[in-house]
Amino acid sequence: MKQQVVKASAPLSTEQQRAQALRAKRLKTLGIYLLMAIVLIIMLFPFYWMVLTSFRNQVDNTSPIPVWFFKPTLANYQNVIARNNFLEFTWNSLVVATLATGLGLVLGLPAAYSIARFKQNGLALAILVARLTPYITYLVPWYIAFRALKLIDTYVALTLTHLIVGMPLIIWIMISFFEEVPIELEEAAFVDGASRLGAFFQIILPLSAPGIVAASILSFIFSWNQFLFSLVLSGPNTKTVPVAVFNFISYGQIDFGGLGAAAVLITLPVILLTLAIQRYIVTGLTMGAVKG
Amino acid sequence: MKRAANFFDKYAYWLFPLPAILALLLLIVGPVLANFVLSTYDWFISGRPRFIGLENYQNVLTDWRFWNGIKNTFYFTALAVPLQLVFGLAVAVLFNREFPGKGLVRTIILLPMVATPVAIALIWALMFNPSLGVLNYFLESLSLPRSLWVADANLVIPSLVIVDIWEWTPMVALILLAALQGVPIEYYEAARIDGASGWQSFWHITLPSIRAAIVIALILRSIDALKTFDIIYVITQGGPGTASETLNVFAFRSGFEFFRAGYSATLLIFLLFVVLGVAVLLNLTRRST
Repeated sequence: MKQQVVKASAPLSTEQQRAQALRAKRLKTLGIYLLMAIVLIIMLFPFYWMVLTSFRNQVDNTSPIPVWFFKPTLANYQNVIARNNFLEFTWNSLVVATLATGLGLVLGLPAAYSIARFKQNGLALAILVARLTPYITYLVPWYIAFRALKLIDTYVALTLTHLIVGMPLIIWIMISFFEEVPIELEEAAFVDGASRLGAFFQIILPLSAPGIVAASILSFIFSWNQFLFSLVLSGPNTKTVPVAVFNFISYGQIDFGGLGAAAVLITLPVILLTLAIQRYIVTGLTMGAVKG
Repeated sequence: MKRAANFFDKYAYWLFPLPAILALLLLIVGPVLANFVLSTYDWFISGRPRFIGLENYQNVLTDWRFWNGIKNTFYFTALAVPLQLVFGLAVAVLFNREFPGKGLVRTIILLPMVATPVAIALIWALMFNPSLGVLNYFLESLSLPRSLWVADANLVIPSLVIVDIWEWTPMVALILLAALQGVPIEYYEAARIDGASGWQSFWHITLPSIRAAIVIALILRSIDALKTFDIIYVITQGGPGTASETLNVFAFRSGFEFFRAGYSATLLIFLLFVVLGVAVLLNLTRRST
C-alpha cells in the first residue's frame, strides 16, 4: 500500500521538478540573453551615436535633450567633403597605406618564411620587442632625419614610417601560414631542380595566398588608422584622414554633425575590411598569442 | 642566373630575412640609439645643438611635469587594465555558449578595437561634452548629478579610462574566449557529478585552465595602456592643465610643441625603460607562476 503511494506520487513529483527545472533554465537563458544584449548595446552605442550625429543638423545636435527622431540630412557629409578637401586626404591615406603594405609584403614575406623554415626565433623575438616599443620613441630622430633629407610632407617619409606598423603584423601572421605548408612539397621541388627562391615564389606563396590577403588587409587597416606619425611627418600635401579630422576640432565652434560625418567616413572602410578578415584580427592584434 | 640562384640558396638563411632586418635596424634600432645621443644635447629643433652631457637627465628627474607624467601614466594603466580584465572575463564567459547570431556578435565585438582611434576619440569627446553631451543626459535620466567628465581635472583620467575600457575590453574578451573554448567539457561534467556549484567550477576549473591566456592579456594590455596616445591627445591634449598629461603626451609636446629635441629624447628613454621594465617584470611573473 505504502509502496503504491510512493510509486504513484513519484512520477508526479519528478514531473513537477522537471517543469520547475525547465522554467528555471528558461529564466536563466533569458537572463543571459538580456546580459548579452546589454553588452552589445554598450559596444555599439558610440557607433550608433556617431551615425546619428552625422545625419542631424546643428540645431538638433546641440539640443540639450537628445533628438532621437529627425529628418536625416546629408548636409554634414556635403560640408565635410566640399569644405575640407576630404577626398584629397582620403587619397593620401590610401596611397600611404597601400605603399606601406606593399613594401611590408616585399620585406616581410621572405622574413616570415625564413623565421618559419629556419626557426629564427631570435628574429621573431626582435620583431615582438619592436611591437612593444612605444612608437613615439622613434619620432624625434625620424623627424630630425627626414627634415635633414627634406622628406617631411612626402609619401616617402609616411610610407617608411607606416612600414613599422604593417610589417610586424604581416610577419607575425605569415609565420603561422608558412609553417603549415608541408616541407615535403618544397623538398620535392628541390629534387626537381628548383632553387629555394623558385620554390618560395612558385609553391610557398601561392599556397599561402589567403594568409597574404588577410595580412595585407590588416596592415592596411592599421596604416589607415595611424595618427601619430602623420601628425608629425605629414603636411599640406600629404595629410592623412585621421590628422585632417583631428585638425577639424580646432576650428572654433564645434560642428557636431561635421565631426560625426568625418568619423563615419574614416571608420567605414575599416569596418568593411574587418568584415572580410575578422578571423585574423585578433591573431594580428595579439601578435599570434591567440589563433583566430 | 644559375650561379645567382646557387649563391642565393647557399645563403638563404641570411638573405631571406635581410631586407626586413635592415628596415628594422634603420627605422627602429637606429632611432632608439639616436635618442641616447640626442639626450646629451640641448637642441631647440630649429637651432644648433649644444652638448650638455647628462644635464637633461638631471633636469628630467627634477621636473614636476615628468613626475606628473609618470603618475598619470601609471594611474591610467592601473585603473584601465584590471577593469578590462574583469569585464573581458565576464564577457568571455557570457558569450562562451551556443546562441543564434554568434557570427554577427563576434563581428560586433571586433568593432571597437579596429575602428580608427581618432574617430572613436572624437565621438567620445562629443558624448563627454558637459553641456550638450549625451552622457550627461543619461546621468540626468537616472536622476544622477551631471558631470564635467574630461573637463574636470579629477575626473579626466577615469573618463579616459572609460574610453580605453570600451575600446579594449573586446580584445581581452576574445583572447579569453579562445582559451575558454580549449577547456575540455569533461572537466565541467566531472565537477557537476561531484556536486560542484557553478561558482565552484568557475573558480576551480575555468580560472586555472585559462590562467596563461589571462596573463597574456594582462601583459599585452598593460604595455599598450602605458603607451596610449591617440585617445588622450585627441580628447584632452593632456589637459585640463596637465591633469591627463601622460609621459608620452609630455614627451610629444616637449618635442613637437616646445621643440626641445634633446629633452624630448631624454623623456622617451625614460618611457622606453618604463614600458620594457613593466614588460620584463610581467613576463617574469608569468614564468614564476
